[in-house]
Amino acid sequence: MNIHEYQAKELFDRFQVPSPKGKVASTPEQAAAAAREFAGSKLVIKAQVHAGGRGKGHFKNGFKGGVHLIESPEQAAEYAGKMLNETLVTVQTGDSGRVVRKVMVAEAVDITHEYYLAILMDRATCAPVIVASTEGGMSIEDVAHDTPEKIFRQVVHPLLGLQAYEIRKITAELGLSGDIAKQFAKLLKNLYKLFIDCDCSMLEINPLVTTPDGRVLALDAKFGFDDNALYRHPDIVAMRDKEEEDPREVAASEYDLNYIGLDGNIACLVNGAGLAMATMDIIKHYGGEPANFLDVGGGASKEQVTAAFKIILGDPNVKGILINIFGGIMDCNVIAEGVIAAAKETGLPIPLVVRLEGNNVEAGKATLAASGLNIVSADTMADGAEKIVKAVG
Amino acid sequence: MAILIDENTKVLVQGITGSFGARHAQLSLQYGTKLVAGVTPGKGGQKFENTVPIFDTVSQAVRETGATASAIFVPPPFAADAILEAMDAGVELIVCITEGIPVMDMMRVKSALQGSKSRLIGPNCPGLVTPGRGEKSHGGCRIGIAPGYIHKRGNVGVVSRSGTLTYEAVFQLTQMGYGQSTCVGIGGDPINGTNHLDVLKMFNEDPETEAIIMIGEIGGNAEAEAARWAKDNCKKPIAGFIAGATAPPGRRMGHAGAIVGGEEDTAAAKKKILAECGIAVAETPSDMASTLMTRWGK
Repeated sequence: MNIHEYQAKELFDRFQVPSPKGKVASTPEQAAAAAREFAGSKLVIKAQVHAGGRGKGHFKNGFKGGVHLIESPEQAAEYAGKMLNETLVTVQTGDSGRVVRKVMVAEAVDITHEYYLAILMDRATCAPVIVASTEGGMSIEDVAHDTPEKIFRQVVHPLLGLQAYEIRKITAELGLSGDIAKQFAKLLKNLYKLFIDCDCSMLEINPLVTTPDGRVLALDAKFGFDDNALYRHPDIVAMRDKEEEDPREVAASEYDLNYIGLDGNIACLVNGAGLAMATMDIIKHYGGEPANFLDVGGGASKEQVTAAFKIILGDPNVKGILINIFGGIMDCNVIAEGVIAAAKETGLPIPLVVRLEGNNVEAGKATLAASGLNIVSADTMADGAEKIVKAVG
Repeated sequence: MAILIDENTKVLVQGITGSFGARHAQLSLQYGTKLVAGVTPGKGGQKFENTVPIFDTVSQAVRETGATASAIFVPPPFAADAILEAMDAGVELIVCITEGIPVMDMMRVKSALQGSKSRLIGPNCPGLVTPGRGEKSHGGCRIGIAPGYIHKRGNVGVVSRSGTLTYEAVFQLTQMGYGQSTCVGIGGDPINGTNHLDVLKMFNEDPETEAIIMIGEIGGNAEAEAARWAKDNCKKPIAGFIAGATAPPGRRMGHAGAIVGGEEDTAAAKKKILAECGIAVAETPSDMASTLMTRWGK
């Protein structure tokens, strides 16, 4: 789940992680009011979409750039009018772009130095790791590649939590001193609390800046949340913006289906995440292109299979479907009946290959054959992949 | 021999009265597993299927029945607590089937397990099977949700992060006439109790295991770590498969741990490392067993 920049600022404010002054606006009037409130500061207006590359993007109405310096409340209103409810295209949105529903008016801060600061859940150590660098404002992957000695890592004990000496170590590694060091220590302590309390998987501030007027501020942030923990964070779930997500994935999530849209033309419907990935791989191996990842889980119901069919058939690129089910405990005949019911309800305008294996498989295959529907049966994964690739052509 | 469990292992089920736990407890009983106790707080004194005593706590169940292994079927918000309770009761092998446990919970559990006498398998895993010698492998030990009947007692060890891909490999082996010593599903979460390397080491030590199938996927470096160890330490033939070659970077592919974060944890990178370490890499999931046979010289 992703959140918007203004929502990240809300979380920072709640956990007392200092960031530039800013306010979100849904109308030009609100943008102007925000600009008046911050009068005296240099200000910037920013389109709120989940994609990066906003500054260099363009709107479909011809307006250039999703980030602009503003001089007056009037100009804030004018720019907001050109951005709001318009479609912004950036390198990360693809050609279709994203509709801008909100803008943020924020203080444009002067920068003395840019740092990098992140906390992430590290798989190797099974613990939170703090990553810090004096080289902020650029890709941390590039820093890691060119000057690995400038990246400092501190593993935090899972049960003890962040210790004072660990903060002192990181502060020293970044070369901070005096009041700036004190501010940084407080920021890091609060940031760690935010990371733990909100069940983050990643929290990256790039850049973290010091300013000529002696402040330490989180200028830009990227959040990752643990989907498994969202049940205990209704406030974060409320930040979800479904309009920023693939509509197919939103529909799938309503039926507890694990769906990820891709660009190919062969859809697949599989039980189990590993088998679903492997099914995509084998389609590619036989020369096809998978249209999606779709795991219906271990106990897929008829309703789920029908919903999955509708989502698959709603993708205009899809020219064929491969169903691959290893019914270990599930009865293959029940699965076959579910597939037939779904195909009858949605119609079957494109080739369908079904590979069933496991419990009561003979009955399942017989049911499919007797359905009168144009369903091709396959014996193995390889057989299924070859058949659907051939059918799609 | 086999590893971790055999036909004499005494098993308890935490969450035995929930529909998921009950269904699979029943299947394990039918398979011939020595299921000796169930645990559901508040239902102590009742019996499961009129035979298996239910206890309020894991400690009581262990004390009364001598169970040494536990299968956990409790919902995600309570799963971490269930694992810690089993550890506290001295259960040697804790198998957590539950999918969807918060990573922070698992981080703390993993830390708490260090230095204890318990080994955790999973979470988010299908569990383990040591096949029996009866018809359709009846009489073995089944902990978790794997279909028992597709197994056959034999000499191939299987370790995997994915449930259905494990079944696929086991089914291929059994169809070709090759049985399994033990099949271990280690789970699809980023933090798990037991990894590929731990299981490879056990298979290497196990005289009954003659060859190994190791199934992995994108995300993390567990497969690479296991392969590098095997290169110098394991003389038994190994076939490997890595799922997720077509997965887009940065997306979580069903399993919480199946996400490409960098260049090293892609399917292509892992396959390359496996091959360099002398593991025969299956090109497609349909070839897992046949790839092993070629390497094994069968």
